[in-house]
Amino acid sequence: MNNIVVMPMIIPLLTGIILIFLRSHVILQRVLGMLSIIAMTGVSIYILKRIQLDGILRIDFGGWLPPYGITFVADSFAMLLVLTTSIVTGILLIYAFSSIGKEHEKLFFYPFVFFLITGVNGSFLTGDLFNLFVCFEVMLLSSYVLITLGGRKIQLVESIKYVVINILSSWFFLLAIAYLYGAVGTLNMAHLSVRIAEVGQDPLLTVISLVFLLVFSLKSGLLLYYWLPGSYSAPPTAVTALFGALLTKVGIYAMFRVFTLIFYHDINVTHTIIGIMAVLTLVGGSIGALAYKDIRQIAVYNIVIAVGFILVGLAVSTEAAFQGSIYYLIHDMIIKALLFLLVGTMFYLTGTAKIEKMSGLIRNYPLLGWLFFITMISLTGIPPLSGFIGKLYIGQGTVETGSYILLVIGFMSSIIVLYSLLRIFLNCFWGETIISEEDEVPLKKGMLIPCVLFGILTITLGLGAEGLSTFVQDAAHTLMNPEVYIEAVLNSNQ
Amino acid sequence: MKTNDVILRTVTKIVVFIILTFGVELFLSGHNNPGGGFIGGLVLSSAFVLLYLVFDVETVHKGIPFDFKKIAAFGVLLAVGTGVGAVIFGSSFLTQTFRELHLPVFGNTELATVVLFEAGVALTVVGVVVTIILSISEDV
Repeated sequence: MNNIVVMPMIIPLLTGIILIFLRSHVILQRVLGMLSIIAMTGVSIYILKRIQLDGILRIDFGGWLPPYGITFVADSFAMLLVLTTSIVTGILLIYAFSSIGKEHEKLFFYPFVFFLITGVNGSFLTGDLFNLFVCFEVMLLSSYVLITLGGRKIQLVESIKYVVINILSSWFFLLAIAYLYGAVGTLNMAHLSVRIAEVGQDPLLTVISLVFLLVFSLKSGLLLYYWLPGSYSAPPTAVTALFGALLTKVGIYAMFRVFTLIFYHDINVTHTIIGIMAVLTLVGGSIGALAYKDIRQIAVYNIVIAVGFILVGLAVSTEAAFQGSIYYLIHDMIIKALLFLLVGTMFYLTGTAKIEKMSGLIRNYPLLGWLFFITMISLTGIPPLSGFIGKLYIGQGTVETGSYILLVIGFMSSIIVLYSLLRIFLNCFWGETIISEEDEVPLKKGMLIPCVLFGILTITLGLGAEGLSTFVQDAAHTLMNPEVYIEAVLNSNQ
Repeated sequence: MKTNDVILRTVTKIVVFIILTFGVELFLSGHNNPGGGFIGGLVLSSAFVLLYLVFDVETVHKGIPFDFKKIAAFGVLLAVGTGVGAVIFGSSFLTQTFRELHLPVFGNTELATVVLFEAGVALTVVGVVVTIILSISEDV
């Protein structure tokens, strides 16, 4: 019994509920929110350390043992993502303090951010497929609210698309769960893994696994990303950054979990399809990133490219590639939040999102310009910044298995990323300044500080990758050897 | 246009109490039989919605001066609270317990913490349903 494991979900849930009662006390909401984030971060670090000592931890809700009850399972992979989620959310909240506006703050903005985190952390931690569905729904319902909050026309237009596509994919998710339950009679992930290993993954189970693939690729924007650019550019900056950093990552996490723990027997079919989808995503995302002249659209297509790149790691499925994907996931959560903050701040300062209408911003806002430069080279994967180590390991994985197409396309996409961001940098930050000193919109400290914090984070993650390596190795080891996970969950005397 | 709804009003005044009683009955029977917090809550909220339909919003607000959003939040707090309570007493999250007690009027009664959890669910359902209906009516 390890009640601590459920805390990363319970703390934001309770915080969200309490903040509802404090609707009109904005300052109190902010203080409580930050305290809760700090508590979550602390708890996550503690659990992460304990996993290294005691192995994978689990908690059976209400004392009902698996496979009958619902369990939460904390392994290194899940906890690394939970920890990153807490830190990223904390910094984004600081940005929201100065940018989101009183209207939002009084309309339950903070409670819904915390409910979103509840869903995200729940999805990372759960050891039960149906519970995963529930946590997905918690996350999605909060995101529906956050995307429409404010009620501008563009938000409402985009939210209809977003809601419809997500309801459709949730329905497919439910369908896939029902099929799977009908086929093997359990929904506990570890138990599923054992049973499918016993009966063998026949074509029927492979088809069910492809329905799951469809669902998760809709959620994560793997190939089926056409809904993503519109809905991610509609809401306010802080919300977009939150979505860009967290939501697609949950889909990616679910895909890793399901295709390393449950459906790993028929790699020729499932993982080849994932590989093809990853390549198409990389190509499509690259075209999008080059085609648009709207900085928000370019940033959104950079999410798509990253999704494709991380899934290359799953497609080749070696321990090195998993390590790379995990590093890259953590890196991407941080750097995408930073990219969206910078893009949103540029939009706030200039009032336009068009590349050609901006010029010479680095003279007006030098620090912002250099932060954008750091983001750019970090996203490209230039050492010593955080993108490098992930790309290196994924590259190593593809070479080990001889998947040279994945290797070439993956690294070509890095060049496209560099080019698409360099275009923004050259056009918007360099050149003649067109904002005179009188017209200069002052850059709020509250907007700059979070960007600086993210900048520091990406540098430390790059330089301090060594310190993280024990956790990442453990996480990749668990992904590679499902029996470690199964043993921890189904062993009844923990 | 003022519609003549004397019959509706008169019937409602009686029927609301029947619905409320039935809601409570469903809520309590849910412990061992079909029913429970969710269904009980739905029936209870249907009584409130009927009141809002027959009388106008202001009149009902005078009688029931609660913010239904807060009721929903309180319900969730209660439900999660029973889970966290288990943690405080040193058992697994969401563990429920019960005890037989001898009460003066009811005789030997089984008191269970699940009732608190279900009450939370019921309050949440009432709060959410009424909030939804009220928000829709504001838009029209």
